[in-house]
Amino acid sequence: MTVSDIAVSRAGAEVRRSLEAASPRYGEKAIKAFLFFCAALSVATTTAIVLSLLLPAISFFQEVPIVDFLTGTRWAPNFADAHFGALPILVGSMMIVGFALAVGIPVGLASAIYLSEYAPQRVRKFVKPALEMLAGIPTVAIGLFGFAFLIPLAQDELPFLPWEGTFSSAVAGVAVGLLIVPLIASVSDDAMRAVPHGLREGAYALGASKLKVSLRVVFPAAISGVVASIVLGMSRAVGETMVVLMMAGAGTRDLTFNPWGSVQTITAYIGSTATGDIATGTIQYDSIFAAGALLFVITFSVNMVAIRLARRFREAYE
Amino acid sequence: VATPESVPRTERTRLAVAGARAVTESMFVAPRDRSRNTMFLALLLFGLGIALTGLVAIFVWTLIEAWPRLDLDLFTNGPSTLRPETAGFHTAILGSLYIIAGVIALIVPLGVGAAVYLEEFADKTRWWNRLIEVNIQNLAAVPSIVFGILGLGFIVRGPVSIGFVPAAASLTIALLVLPTVILAAREAIRAVPPSIREGALALGATQWRAISRQVLPAATPGILTGVILAVSRAIGEAAPLLLVGAVTFATFDPSYFESGYTTLPTLVYNYSTRPQEELRTLAAAGAILILVFVLVMNSFAIWLRNRFEQRW
Repeated sequence: MTVSDIAVSRAGAEVRRSLEAASPRYGEKAIKAFLFFCAALSVATTTAIVLSLLLPAISFFQEVPIVDFLTGTRWAPNFADAHFGALPILVGSMMIVGFALAVGIPVGLASAIYLSEYAPQRVRKFVKPALEMLAGIPTVAIGLFGFAFLIPLAQDELPFLPWEGTFSSAVAGVAVGLLIVPLIASVSDDAMRAVPHGLREGAYALGASKLKVSLRVVFPAAISGVVASIVLGMSRAVGETMVVLMMAGAGTRDLTFNPWGSVQTITAYIGSTATGDIATGTIQYDSIFAAGALLFVITFSVNMVAIRLARRFREAYE
Repeated sequence: VATPESVPRTERTRLAVAGARAVTESMFVAPRDRSRNTMFLALLLFGLGIALTGLVAIFVWTLIEAWPRLDLDLFTNGPSTLRPETAGFHTAILGSLYIIAGVIALIVPLGVGAAVYLEEFADKTRWWNRLIEVNIQNLAAVPSIVFGILGLGFIVRGPVSIGFVPAAASLTIALLVLPTVILAAREAIRAVPPSIREGALALGATQWRAISRQVLPAATPGILTGVILAVSRAIGEAAPLLLVGAVTFATFDPSYFESGYTTLPTLVYNYSTRPQEELRTLAAAGAILILVFVLVMNSFAIWLRNRFEQRW
């Protein structure tokens, strides 16, 4: 209301009965529309991802039956005698995930239990940022370290194993495991710290030792958060590209379970093939998108599970 | 009745609990349990030790490997496989900086805008707002290479079709890190107490004025921390760049809208795939450049968080 409005209403003329602003506030509405556009952009991004995967994937599946794609055991898109069975790269990805979890779960959970139950405030203040730093290391740096240091080291220290060449899917999986440790540790740590102190103190009052409290009280109470952290770590390991490309190679065509040699994963195939010089419209080009669609479906469903689980533990104690 | 949560856990209550626990433990816990406790703690420390050893080993090994090549040629010379002993990352550093500049210009307005909308305007009972929220959480966990495919199929070619240029890389990486920026900015905005915006509104400010003059300034340190962490992630990201044209062995300075550019992480990858020993040293030197950048950015973010953390 402006001064003149007040003067008019005092004079007994028409009294404004609405609390609406006197002006329509077009500027305010335009800003709100822009803010909504920013938020809606994320949905547009997902739609664009789905479309950019789906359209070439459809033309791919017109030439390669989807059953052959999912059950074929030879992946050789760039050869004259081309084969498009995705099982070898799917198994490759699963192997990397298996090794990564074998390292990531024990190390990550040990760090999380220590940080949430045992660590004094001073140690926590130093370890938390250190783990964040580990999470921030670029994957090319980890890949280089793994390829030029870890694999030769493992080959020197364990000469009795049947190593093949300069790649190893097992060591690559270990490096990916190191990569997902901070993720598992920080999400599990948050879940365990959300467990009310009353539960711990009740158990202590009943004479439980710290080990019992950690493993029998806090850990079960935080289990959905812990599982969510593992599922998130899994999705990160499936999607990891550079470490796998540099340490496990990208040349294997046939189904293999060999941890001491090279193995090709979905991500490594995409990363090594789609380097720009490949012609559009060919089936090789479309196969990148079919592999990408497979990867997207896997990670998307895994992520949905993780989001559900994480929400459940948040509801319980806040 | 005071619940345990409502009592502040001061240092004194913590000490009291620890003391009472020690007494109960000494009376009721069997010695066998006590040795198990020690073993369990040793196991936990061993696990944490592996993680920290890995962290230190990566830095130390890369530094030792890169040591012979940490010189000024890295900044002034372009890539070369013929003269690896003087080759450098000049064009790659420029390419990375161009891309990062574009990323920052995109993620700051878009990320803060989305966060403001979700925290201040969105009606959580509407399905589209819940969809946006779940969607952002899910996008944050989509593998980076999938964003590379989006960049290739939608930005480089397809509807946008700007070709294999640094601008396409900026767009791709911006979309990749946007969810993390939004999540961080939302946390920061949520931490501003409602009384501040209510005070502004009560004094007659419009909603946008209350946000732009009161809420956003108070949330700036938190938002800035999120943006810095996103930039530090963006500089090291290699996988999506492989798909949007950054593998070119560019020996000339990049131009933002012309194809033929390379970046630090992709050039490190490129060098590391070659057999010559000198090129591996060079790759390690490039990795050191990225690591130093990431280290500086992360330390700055941690400092910022501790320095400006406000308790209302």
